Amino acid sequence: MSSDATFGDYGGQYVPEALMPAIDELTDAYERYVLDNEDGFMDEFRARLQDFGGRPTPIQRADQLSERYGCDVYLKREDLLHGGAHKLNNALGQVLLAKYMGKDRIIAETGAGQHGTATAMACAHLDMPCEIYMGRTDINRQRPNVFRMRINGAEVNPVDVGRGTLKEAITETFRDWAGTVEDTHYVVGSVVGPHPFPSMVRDFQAVISEEARAQFRDRTGGLPDTVVACAGGGSNTMGSFAAFIDDDGSDGDDRVDLHAVEAGGSSLQVDEEAGVAPNSATLSTGEEGVLHGARTKLLQDSDGQIMESHSVSAGLDYAGVGPELAQLVDEGRVTPANVDDDVALAAFHRLSATEGIIPALESAHALGYLEERIGVVEETEKGGAALGDSILVTVSGRGDKDLETVIEESADRDLDAAPDMDVFREGIR
Amino acid sequence: MTGDATTSGTSGSGDLDGSTLSNAFAEGPAFVPYLVAGDPDFESSKAYLEALDRGGADVIELGLPFSEPMAEGPTIQTAIARALEGGMTPDRYFELAESLDVEASLVCMTYYNLVYQYGTESGPRPFVERAAEAGIEGLVIPDLPAEEAEDLRAACDEFGLDLIFIVAPTTDGDRLDRMRELVSGYVYVQARLGTTGARSDVSDQTATILERVADWEVPRAVGFGISSGEHAERIVAGGADGIIVGSALIDVVAEGVETGRPVRETANQLESLASELTEGAAAGARKNRSEPEGQ
Ligand SMILES: Cc1ncc(COP(=O)(O)O)c(C=O)c1O
Repeated sequence: MSSDATFGDYGGQYVPEALMPAIDELTDAYERYVLDNEDGFMDEFRARLQDFGGRPTPIQRADQLSERYGCDVYLKREDLLHGGAHKLNNALGQVLLAKYMGKDRIIAETGAGQHGTATAMACAHLDMPCEIYMGRTDINRQRPNVFRMRINGAEVNPVDVGRGTLKEAITETFRDWAGTVEDTHYVVGSVVGPHPFPSMVRDFQAVISEEARAQFRDRTGGLPDTVVACAGGGSNTMGSFAAFIDDDGSDGDDRVDLHAVEAGGSSLQVDEEAGVAPNSATLSTGEEGVLHGARTKLLQDSDGQIMESHSVSAGLDYAGVGPELAQLVDEGRVTPANVDDDVALAAFHRLSATEGIIPALESAHALGYLEERIGVVEETEKGGAALGDSILVTVSGRGDKDLETVIEESADRDLDAAPDMDVFREGIR
Repeated sequence: MTGDATTSGTSGSGDLDGSTLSNAFAEGPAFVPYLVAGDPDFESSKAYLEALDRGGADVIELGLPFSEPMAEGPTIQTAIARALEGGMTPDRYFELAESLDVEASLVCMTYYNLVYQYGTESGPRPFVERAAEAGIEGLVIPDLPAEEAEDLRAACDEFGLDLIFIVAPTTDGDRLDRMRELVSGYVYVQARLGTTGARSDVSDQTATILERVADWEVPRAVGFGISSGEHAERIVAGGADGIIVGSALIDVVAEGVETGRPVRETANQLESLASELTEGAAAGARKNRSEPEGQ
């Protein structure tokens, strides 16, 4: 197993012994059902993604943004997937796999609540009992998703440890699994965790770029110069990049640049004393270490204690990142970037007001990156944009879950496209 | 501590004859208490560990607190939070180990990231070197399965430390063989599935797992959930060479912190619980001698 369990020095299987037999069983199931399509697993998965999930999702030219940035900006509309985010691709795949494996209970962690929601929906759809672990801070800032999970029939277990965000929720879900591993499958929500999760979640999410690459070809006759996606753990990132990785400009082919945008939070400065990094810019600022079953880049202090991260977006608020993404950054194939809370909030309002699409705060980071890298382009400069002539941005999810946070966070900031909401603020909290 | 190692050598690539950890099991069943170093602060922690030693500890598993303790239940999680709050770091940890006035052998229990990050060169070597210097004789790393343990095994061999593995109720087949090859000192038999925490009953999974490691060359210490002398007796009577007790002792520390009890009183309570557990284990061994079970 050793060779494909790792990505260079990253990856691996750093989990308690009690879980190892289940991880081996899962690896075997991944190889048989996902890689070899045994019993037609992948055919059933694709059919359900279409009928239940609403795939394929479209790509759309964003006319106002294209005008603003002086180049063609296309959006991959994962916000239109059932549940409102890319998370269903993975959740449906894993819950179906658990069924094929004969497991009879599902557990999962969630940060923004999108993965929890997707898992709860997939479990209702496939008739599996489901329990979701969610940090207290995230429960308070993503309430609509908590309600959706409950209404789909899932138990939601609040996690009160630490800052009460994604890191604590993952740790707690591993603890549940350590006691229930014989009949329970843990649906890990991103390309993180021990092998086979990083590879398997990437394969389930790869549908994003498989579709997008073909759609872009059909539409324009070529490939985008740059693909941009936000990165928390990195599942929509790996899903958005997977089919473009070989478009690396070798053999005289076109090169597609891949940019992963993390949360710059309120600052890139780190407070070692307090153990706090007020950002989640793991790819740009993290150091190699071992967390949640994998060797990868982490936000940690010099002793190796994991830092508390921060982002206005719950789904990006994580001190680790997928091991394969860490390797692609080291190799120079993926460019790491980050934008701060302010830029993401401004981009949220800009897309909402000018394109009629309310993006998730996570996705708003990818959009904010265009503003930061290119800025407003004058008529005369057209075509000379910093990210090339054509850009594909993944809108990983829709922003309904974020409205309370956005209204709160926008009130004290000077954001150009933000409407005045003061009269409506009363009664939100 | 001074018994010879005739009853229990070590296996694997560990130092074959010189393991004092195995020796700690030679004179009857070993009592192996676990506490989190620095819980709730350096000085109290030192007093508690020395009390356990007086109560009969043969090996002390000294926890180096990590911020994401994936295998621990609420009791140890809270202890780890108290210790981190109290300023415990890897360097302070080694100072604490060096300052202890105890007969028992010391084993360090922590998570791999702290081992991996220690010192200037990356990889486990600097940590193991410093641990050896501090008098630590073995390591238990709950998030490091045999598959990932090669570098650490090599460093332990270089500096003469034992590397203890945890055998879980779910471990069997090839995985058992691989661990048997790598283990030295003793094997940690996890009595039940789940995370750490004191329980009021003894799991019947225990007998099954003990059977799986019955012919291993290293002594077998059982942990997870043991909380009383009576538990200890039953586990040893069931074939264990030693008992590992963590959460039940930490409950005493936690109560001391919550009620503001003087450190000396908590230490006395720990010492008497340690004596109860040591005596329970000895009673289990006597039972075994009078009615030897079909081995
Ligand atoms: C809409 C959306 N985008 C992105 C993310 C970040 O996760 P990942 O980096 O795994 O895509 C989340 C996580 O919850 C999300 O809800």
